[in-house]
Amino acid sequence: MSRTAVTSLIALTALVVTACSSAGGSTGADAGPPKPGGTLRLGISSSPDCVDPQQVGTNASLNVGRQLVDSLTDQDPATGEIKPWLAEQWEINADSTAFTFRLRDGATFSDGSPVDAVAVKTSFDAIKALGPKSQLGSGYLAVYKGTTVVDPKTVKIEFSVPSAQFLQASSTMSLGVLAPAAYRKTADQRCQGDGLIGSGPFAFESLKQNQEIVLAKRKGYDWGSSLFGHQGEAYLDKIAYKIVPEPGVRTGSLASAQLDAITDVQPVDEPQFTGNGFTEPIRPNPGVVFNLHANVTKGVLTDEKVRQAVVKGINRPEVTNTVLTPNYKPATSILGSATPFHTDLSPLLAYDPAGATALLESAGWLPGPEGIRTKNGQRLTAKVVFSLVFNQNKSVLELVQQQLRKIGFDLRIEQRTTAESVQITQSGNYEYLWYNTTRADPDILRNLFSTKANNRSKLPADNPLDAPLDAQSSTVDPAKRKPAAEEAQRAIIEHGYSAPVFELTQVLAHGPNAHGIGFEASSRLQLFDAWVSGS
Amino acid sequence: MRRYLLGRVLQAAFVLWAAFTVSFVILYLLPGDAVGAKLGGGEAGLSVTPEQLAAAKAEYGLDDPLPLQYGKRLVAAVQGDFGRSIATGDDATNMVVSALPPTLAVTGFALVLAILFGGGIAIAGTVTRYRRLGDLLLALPPLGISLPPFWVGLLLIQFFSFQLKLVPALGSNGFESLILPAITLAVPTGAIIGQVLAKSLRTQLAEPYAEIALAKGASRSRVHFGHLLRNAAVPSLTIAGVVTGNLIAGSVITETVFSRDGLGRVTSSAVTAQDIPVVQAVIVLAALVFVVINLLVDLVCPLLDPRIRHRETADA
Repeated sequence: MSRTAVTSLIALTALVVTACSSAGGSTGADAGPPKPGGTLRLGISSSPDCVDPQQVGTNASLNVGRQLVDSLTDQDPATGEIKPWLAEQWEINADSTAFTFRLRDGATFSDGSPVDAVAVKTSFDAIKALGPKSQLGSGYLAVYKGTTVVDPKTVKIEFSVPSAQFLQASSTMSLGVLAPAAYRKTADQRCQGDGLIGSGPFAFESLKQNQEIVLAKRKGYDWGSSLFGHQGEAYLDKIAYKIVPEPGVRTGSLASAQLDAITDVQPVDEPQFTGNGFTEPIRPNPGVVFNLHANVTKGVLTDEKVRQAVVKGINRPEVTNTVLTPNYKPATSILGSATPFHTDLSPLLAYDPAGATALLESAGWLPGPEGIRTKNGQRLTAKVVFSLVFNQNKSVLELVQQQLRKIGFDLRIEQRTTAESVQITQSGNYEYLWYNTTRADPDILRNLFSTKANNRSKLPADNPLDAPLDAQSSTVDPAKRKPAAEEAQRAIIEHGYSAPVFELTQVLAHGPNAHGIGFEASSRLQLFDAWVSGS
Repeated sequence: MRRYLLGRVLQAAFVLWAAFTVSFVILYLLPGDAVGAKLGGGEAGLSVTPEQLAAAKAEYGLDDPLPLQYGKRLVAAVQGDFGRSIATGDDATNMVVSALPPTLAVTGFALVLAILFGGGIAIAGTVTRYRRLGDLLLALPPLGISLPPFWVGLLLIQFFSFQLKLVPALGSNGFESLILPAITLAVPTGAIIGQVLAKSLRTQLAEPYAEIALAKGASRSRVHFGHLLRNAAVPSLTIAGVVTGNLIAGSVITETVFSRDGLGRVTSSAVTAQDIPVVQAVIVLAALVFVVINLLVDLVCPLLDPRIRHRETADA
């Protein structure tokens, strides 16, 4: 009996039991006005190696880090618009190389020092100095020139080339501001919470690797984002992140009220928490969806018609309906639907085996042995490299493999560790890569596809993609950015540089006593408005 | 005796050096590296540039030629310094040492339970006059070995924690949280102990001295506790190393299922991330534990069995 089978069996037992014992508890809706106080016990699936939001880019880390730091701006999850937070207003020059922020009054770090222009400069210079240790920030500040203190309340942040993406980046916790005193500790010390001094609504209290992380309410906090549900201090006295790696134990602990809320609910466990007093908040991740990213210089993928056939030969709704759950959306573009400037290209991503077959036939790929097409003795086959950053990756790819067999394409699946995937990606020695990337800005496409950045498709210099990618990064004006971003998304799919499959979705579950657990624009947890009742 | 001890200590040092060297070689032979794992962490989407990767490797001294890296690490390791974890930035020795107490608590408690269960079953199964009952009891160890520990753990949690709510399902707080993981770990360990002890008890039971004692009218239990156990204990003690290995390996599973901190979790995440300093600290510590346990067994066995003592002095 396989491990997953056992876990499912246990989950089923739990399901039967909860189904029999659920007495239709109240949902969060009629819980009355928010009540301050109490501790939220939140079960998370992996131990964040490092809780400094400026350094590590995993969800586990950022779900903690977001509560500790404030950012210059905040992003509206509904519209993608950038709103005031530590900065009450800002100006951007014509070519998006200089961003001037005017800071609000009264914000302080948890060591009492003020959030002023000098502190902001110190923080940004320090993130730049972290280099690659800042997994996400180093990308946001790749062309960072420096920060000038204009006056105690004003900073001017400059870049060597147009960087429209920086406005959205300024809303992320990766560019959240830490106190000058924080940098008297080493980066490694900050990782463990030592000297991790932010101005956020919660302050770091303790960290036990593989056990739990505790944050405590910041007394006197009164400079929340304009998007927060209330002003003043957070409701919760404490947040206790409990690390519970085994999915069956996470769900069972929630069902038996040993936890108030959990993250990473597995597809098999989702039915347990529907309509029995439990709530399942979900939000798709913005950024690049899970996709087969083609290297156009390798094997059969040099043939554009083959790449287009693969795009048409994937049945996306079948993937989300069978391997995943209705909470996961089939891809409608290379960007997720929660990304600003996402364009719905569903017609290009419809399941069309006849169209795929016609493309392959016209390119000279004819039926061959074992149902796999051949051309001049070459088999129609490509390898995809993936790692298990998302638990269902293997099942999804096995289904895609079956779907592609129907058009005579042999997709070979190669699982690797994260470390190996990085190395393979670096070397360029791959045919298809399978991954997703979270970013609430279309500029992520430039980062991954542009010949001036990572160029994962190994495109030549004269390609149809670089121009629109540069255009969208040179202005923050939506009227100009939108058509450029749309053109880039369209080109990526039409040329088969990537075959998008589905949108990663964050699935949480919480019991009847937890309320107001929210997602910020990048689908990471925002717990400022969260509260617990009856504890 | 002194020469014997000195020889044993040299042997131990060699084992530790070999563990250090083999783990170093294996970690470098594996494709990928810790820095890659760190920079490409999860949601970051693996978008690191080659320049960033090279800069990070230089920072961790991973761009030195291999012999130089090995030499530096070995010299530091002898002084107990395995370097800083690449994944967490914490001191590797500190990570391993602080993960030791919770693991020792569970494994220690599990060992006590295992000796009670295993020993109890072996003794009861051989003491009893009822052949059928004895056979039934002695069928338990093979069953215990074949139950997958994570399944046993999940079942125990499901029943005692989720349903009956007697003990917490998570964490390492207090004695309550020790019970279920220790039982989970004690099942396979107890099975090994029970199997070996029962076999040697049956062998001893067929020896002339036992038959004579029984013929003289001593009760079965008296013969067991008066004569057999001491003689049967020696072979059971020699498998202490195997049992220890079983406990350490099992702790990875129990710590994951019961969401506890400990050496098992530290090891599994360090191996996944190819976090060389931490993996080496764990391996050398584990080798040290094995060496010490085997040395203790070799020193205790002669006290139980005079014949071994004579042989030792004849050698020395």
